[in-house]
Amino acid sequence: MTFRARHLLGIEPLGQDEIVALLDRAEIHANEMRDGVTPERRLAGLTQINMFFEASTRTQASFELAGKRLGADVMNMAMGSSSLKKGETLIDTALTLNAMRPDLIVVRHPHSGAVDLLAQKVNCAVLNAGDGRHEHPTQALLDALTIRRAKGRLHRLSIAICGDIAHSRVARSNLLLLGKMENRLRLVGPPTLMPPGISELGVEVFESMEEGLKGADVVMMLRLQKERMDGGYIPSEREYYHRYGLDAEKLAYAKDDAIVMHPGPMNRGVEIDGTIADDINRSVIQTQVEMGVAVRMAAMELLAENLKQANARGAEGIGA
Amino acid sequence: MTELLFTNARLIDPEAEAPQPGALLIRGGEIAEVIAGPLEDGAFPGTERLDCGGACLAPGIVDLGVKVSEPGERHKESFRSAGRAAVAGGVTTMVTRPDTSPTIDTPEVLEFVSRRAREDSLARVRPMAALTKGREGREMTEIGFLMDAGAVAFTDGFRVVENTRVYARALTYARALGALVVGHVQEPGLSAAGVATAGKFASLRGLPHVSPMAERMGLDRDIALIEMTGASYHAGQVTTARALPPLERAKANGFDITAGISVHHLTLNEFDVADYRTFFKLTPPLRSEDDRMAAVEAVASGLIDVISSFHTPQDEESKRLPFEVAASGAVGLETLLPASLRLVHGGHLSLNRLFRALSRNPARRLGLPGGRLQAGAPADLVLFDEHAPFVLDRETLHSKSRNTPFDGARLQGKVRGTWVAGERVFG
Repeated sequence: MTFRARHLLGIEPLGQDEIVALLDRAEIHANEMRDGVTPERRLAGLTQINMFFEASTRTQASFELAGKRLGADVMNMAMGSSSLKKGETLIDTALTLNAMRPDLIVVRHPHSGAVDLLAQKVNCAVLNAGDGRHEHPTQALLDALTIRRAKGRLHRLSIAICGDIAHSRVARSNLLLLGKMENRLRLVGPPTLMPPGISELGVEVFESMEEGLKGADVVMMLRLQKERMDGGYIPSEREYYHRYGLDAEKLAYAKDDAIVMHPGPMNRGVEIDGTIADDINRSVIQTQVEMGVAVRMAAMELLAENLKQANARGAEGIGA
Repeated sequence: MTELLFTNARLIDPEAEAPQPGALLIRGGEIAEVIAGPLEDGAFPGTERLDCGGACLAPGIVDLGVKVSEPGERHKESFRSAGRAAVAGGVTTMVTRPDTSPTIDTPEVLEFVSRRAREDSLARVRPMAALTKGREGREMTEIGFLMDAGAVAFTDGFRVVENTRVYARALTYARALGALVVGHVQEPGLSAAGVATAGKFASLRGLPHVSPMAERMGLDRDIALIEMTGASYHAGQVTTARALPPLERAKANGFDITAGISVHHLTLNEFDVADYRTFFKLTPPLRSEDDRMAAVEAVASGLIDVISSFHTPQDEESKRLPFEVAASGAVGLETLLPASLRLVHGGHLSLNRLFRALSRNPARRLGLPGGRLQAGAPADLVLFDEHAPFVLDRETLHSKSRNTPFDGARLQGKVRGTWVAGERVFG
C-alpha cells in the first residue's frame, strides 16, 4: 500500500506504485461487485460532498454510488445554479463548505487549475472530477483498470487516443498515466484539435486514423463537443465522421484483438459508429462505466484512510 | 542654493561604456558637475558631502508604462503608495498608463491626474493619455489638448486598436502633432482568450493559449502603418524571438520606431507559472526560455530600447481565482532594478547598458530631460549597491498591492538612496 496523498488532484504527481495501489484496490471492489458481495462500509459516518460547477450526470452518479456503497453520507450540490452566480468566489465557497466539516469533496469545475486552488483552502480530502482541460484522474484510472483487465497488463501496449485531444482533460490524464506505465502512445486527430507542443511529451502524433491505428492494442475514442463541430475547428460533423469516426474499416488497421474505449457520453455517428460501440467482442465501453464506480470507491476509501491517519498524527502533535 | 557632493561613487553614465569612479555635485535640483577620478585635496570646501562608499550612482529610472490605479481603483494603488514604491526602487519618473477607470482620455481627467500626482507622489509623474476615447478603438482622443495638458505619449494600454482605418487616422493625426504612440503588439483574433504561450506547458496545464506568432503579426501590422503614416511609434513590449527580425528591419529602414519589454519577460519564463500561480499571469503571457534569451540578447544589442516594470497593481481578490479568470499583471516598481540586475550578474549586460534601457532611452524617447549623468541634467539619481543580496518578502513592499512574482526570490541590488530634483526622497 503506497498511495499516501492527501488529495487526488491529478495523475501528474502520482508514481507507478501509487497508480498500481489504486488499481489493485479498485480491482477488489470490481470483483466483489461482480460476485454480488456487499462491500464493507468503510466510509460510514463520513460526509462526501459532490460539487459540480459544470453539469454532469454520469460522473456525478458514479461518485455518488461509489460513496453510498461504502456507507458515506453523500450530498450533491448543483453549483451552477447557486452561489457563484451570486458573485461568491470559489475560495469563499470552499471556506463555507469547509466550515461544514465534510470528509471528502468531489469537485468538477470548468476552469483548469480550479480544483487545485480549492484544495489549498480546505482541511478535507479533495477529488478532482475534472477541471477545465487539465485533468480527470479517476477517468484515467478507470480506463487503466479496464485495459489491465482486458489485456492482462498495463505496460508495453500500443494505445491510440483519437479525436479532440486539445480540449480533453481525459486525454491529458490518460497520456500521463499510460506514459508513466510505459506504454507506447499515439495521438490521432485533426491538427486543429491537437494541443501545441504535445509531441515533446514522448507521444507520437498522427493526422490520419489509418496510420495512427496501425497495430494498436487499444483504441480510445474521445467525445467531440457539439460546440466545436461547426466550422471552428473542423468543417462539419459529416466530414469529421468520414475522416476520424471509428468504423469497421478504420478499426481494421488496429490489431485483431484491439479493444475500443470511449469515456462517454458518445456521439454515435460522429466519432464512433454505433455497431462498433455495441460490439461486445471489441467494445469495453460498458466495462469502463462499471470500473468507474470501483475506481472511485478505491480512491475515496484510500483518501479517507490517509485523512484519518493525518488527523491522528495531528491529534498526537506529530508532523504537520 | 542647496548643494550636495557625492564622493567616492561608481558613476554609471549611460553614455559611457563602463562605470567610472568619481564624484558628482548637485546644485539647485540639477547636476552641476561630474568629476571623474579622485577629488583633489581641498576641492569644494564647505560643500555638504555624501560618501557613497563605492556604491553605484546612476540617473534615476524612467519607468515607462506604470499603472497607478487612480482614478477608480485607489484601493489597489494611489499616487502616494506608487510614489513611495517608485523611489524605494530607484524610479524617479513614472510614465503612467491611461487604462484607469475612467480612462484618461480627456484633458479634464488628465488634469485631475496631474494634480493628484503633484500633491501625493514622491516620484515625478509624466502621464500617457489614451489614443482612442474610452480605449474603445473607435474615435481618436483630443491629442492636441491632451498634449497641452501634459500627455507625453498616447496609448490604449493592453488593447489593440482593431479597426485599422481608425488606427491609421489616429497615427496620421499624431504624426502632425509630433506625438508618440505606444502600441500593444498582438494580433487580437489570434490572442483572444489566450492566457499562456502556446507550447508544451500550456498544453499540459490545459490553459487557453496564444501563439507567439500573434505578437509578430501585431508588430508587422503596426510597422506597415508607421511606413504609411510616418508616425513616431514605440512598441510597448516585444517579447518573442520571431518579432525581432521585423523590428530590426524597421529600424534599419529608418522608421521612427523603438521597442520596450517588461523586466518580467527578461527574467522569468512560462514554466514559472508552475501550478497555476496567478502572480505570474501577465499580458502578454510569459514566454518560452528561447524567447526570453532572444529578448535578453536584443536588449544587450540595443535592438530593444527600454526595460520597464509595467507595474500593474491587483488586489488579492482578483488574483485568488482560477488562472483563466484571474486578473493579469504584476507590481514591479520596487523590483525593477534588482530583477534587471540579474541580467548584469548573469553576464548578459553591462551596468551602463542596463541604464541606457532603464533611464536614458525612455527619457530620450519621451523628450524628457533626465536619464543622463551630465551637468545640466535634473538631479534625479539613484544610489545602489549592485551586489547586496536579499530575499524579497512581498509584505515589505510599499505598494498597496503586493502581487509580485518575486516573492521569496533571491535578488541582488539594494537601493541606498533616491533623489528627485536634488531632494532625497528615499534612504
